[in-house]
Amino acid sequence: MRLRRRVLPGLPLALGITLVYVAIIVVLPLAALVFKAASLGPEDYWRIISSDRAVASYRVTVTCALAATAFNLVFGLALAWVLVRYRFPGRRLVDALVDLPFALPTAVAGIALTTLFAANGWFGEPLSLVGIKVAYTPLGIMVAMSFTSIPFIVRTVQPVLEELDPALEEAGQTLGASDLSIFVTVILPLLTPALLAGVSLSFARSLGEFGAIIFIAGNQPFSTEITALLAFIRLEEYDYPASAAIASVMLLTAFVMLAITNLMQARALRYTVRG
Amino acid sequence: MKIRLDNVVKEFETFRAVHGVSLDIDSGELVALLGPSGSGKTTILRMVAGLEYADAGAIYFGDENATEIPVRDRGVGFVFQHYALFPHMTVGENIAFGMKVSKIKRSPQAIAARVKELLDLVQLSGLKDRFPGQISGGQRQRVALARALAVDPRVLLLDEPFGALDANVRRDLRRWLRKIHDELGITTLFVTHDQEEALDLADRVVILNKGKIVQEGTPEAVCRNPADAFVMNFLGDANRLEAEIRGGKAHVDGVAFEADGVADGSGQILFRPADVSWREDGQGIAARIVRVIDRPDSRRVLAMTESGQAVEFDTAPEFTHRRGDAGFLDIRRPRVYAAA
Repeated sequence: MRLRRRVLPGLPLALGITLVYVAIIVVLPLAALVFKAASLGPEDYWRIISSDRAVASYRVTVTCALAATAFNLVFGLALAWVLVRYRFPGRRLVDALVDLPFALPTAVAGIALTTLFAANGWFGEPLSLVGIKVAYTPLGIMVAMSFTSIPFIVRTVQPVLEELDPALEEAGQTLGASDLSIFVTVILPLLTPALLAGVSLSFARSLGEFGAIIFIAGNQPFSTEITALLAFIRLEEYDYPASAAIASVMLLTAFVMLAITNLMQARALRYTVRG
Repeated sequence: MKIRLDNVVKEFETFRAVHGVSLDIDSGELVALLGPSGSGKTTILRMVAGLEYADAGAIYFGDENATEIPVRDRGVGFVFQHYALFPHMTVGENIAFGMKVSKIKRSPQAIAARVKELLDLVQLSGLKDRFPGQISGGQRQRVALARALAVDPRVLLLDEPFGALDANVRRDLRRWLRKIHDELGITTLFVTHDQEEALDLADRVVILNKGKIVQEGTPEAVCRNPADAFVMNFLGDANRLEAEIRGGKAHVDGVAFEADGVADGSGQILFRPADVSWREDGQGIAARIVRVIDRPDSRRVLAMTESGQAVEFDTAPEFTHRRGDAGFLDIRRPRVYAAA
């Protein structure tokens, strides 16, 4: 039998290294997590993950993450739009600043946000005058989540927007469409897959964010305690199985959410399937 | 709809500028804007569409000054070089787009009926539910045409409509577009850099160079009487020989050609490769064969005159002379121009 020649060399080696890497860095810790959680009996497991305090933390985390993602969807898209479509002084600087939340240690971001939004802070003081409290409330959690996850939306939408053929918009104009209807019927549908990718990353990051939130959240059980913190508290108490159990719920949520967005993306991209 | 361009100017920092172009297009006429890249032809088309605003001058649709009318209200159908079909909409949805966003409300049934009618017109009836990514380039261009026609435009504008297609598809589509134009009688302006396409398709050809019109006329007129050396060269293969003009004659290597109306001084004669005969007796310009290239239907001969100027000409496949043979070039239909 003749060996099949490949144009690109090194597949077995590259594939091997990649699989080992994925196994060690990604699968092994997750397996350890599941294994630890599984050391609890089903009744204990259920009791821990359905305790009032845990359920309250899910509610806080998920609602804040949803709100932060919705905010990022609008402003991330606007930011990407401005960066791609307009040329203004300082554009490169703004473009570079978008990545700052990735580069900044999240704890630093959390402390900075807390300082700004505390009742005597630069933003917190004027806001408290109109009766809005940000620091130590769910609103603060949302601010921290938005801050740390907005680059995901900008960076996924930006390249797609750059590649969008200007002739598509011109075609819409020659056919008599208004700017709004061109945006809604032509541009937005073409951006949808990228937006979904950005939204799912942003949401996942918001669910898992820890460092930035714990400084600004106040961390009151039942009102401003996020799930990641609860898992951490159990860890501090040396209650590893309980911590793993709570973490497993977050893991499952992340999986379900990624699956849903993938399905939605496939649907949004169905026109690219060749027939 | 009659279109009139009155001394239209568009300045660009780059080369695509238009320097004062005036042009009349009669209702129902099919006119080609022909020119090399950078001649401003696409810019002119985009100004007629309203996708680009003129810096000076005016564009009239009939008696109406359309210069300041925004593109969406101008009532033009525009076909883009790379189709610009909406990739996330089916063929049918693409064609229906203009009717759906129109201020004139149409019932879904009326829209569906019109889509069907247009699909029949462009002979793509079976492809209504395909996406643009699933059909061929030629089919996409026909969908683009149907989409442009759906809103009953006053003028049809096509930007290098066949530029991205294979030669065969191109020829078929060209004939087909002419047929559609004759059926609908819509005023049509199209841009091309392909002289064959312009001559094949248009009632009238407008030849542009460096942002200015250099000649306009029927394909026959521009082919038989190229206004200058640029047009002569641009319309097809041409030989060029340096000449000296004295008293109404152009002299090249001791041979004189008629040169009525060309001022005395240095000049040039241009002629097509098909308008040369090879002679062994003393008629014409003395030359020597440098190379013979074979083609399916002819032989192309590369020759050098005694004064060292290169000439190419076509002969019958039976031509037997070879490299190094000496003889004479008998030139028919030479065109004499002053030196550029």
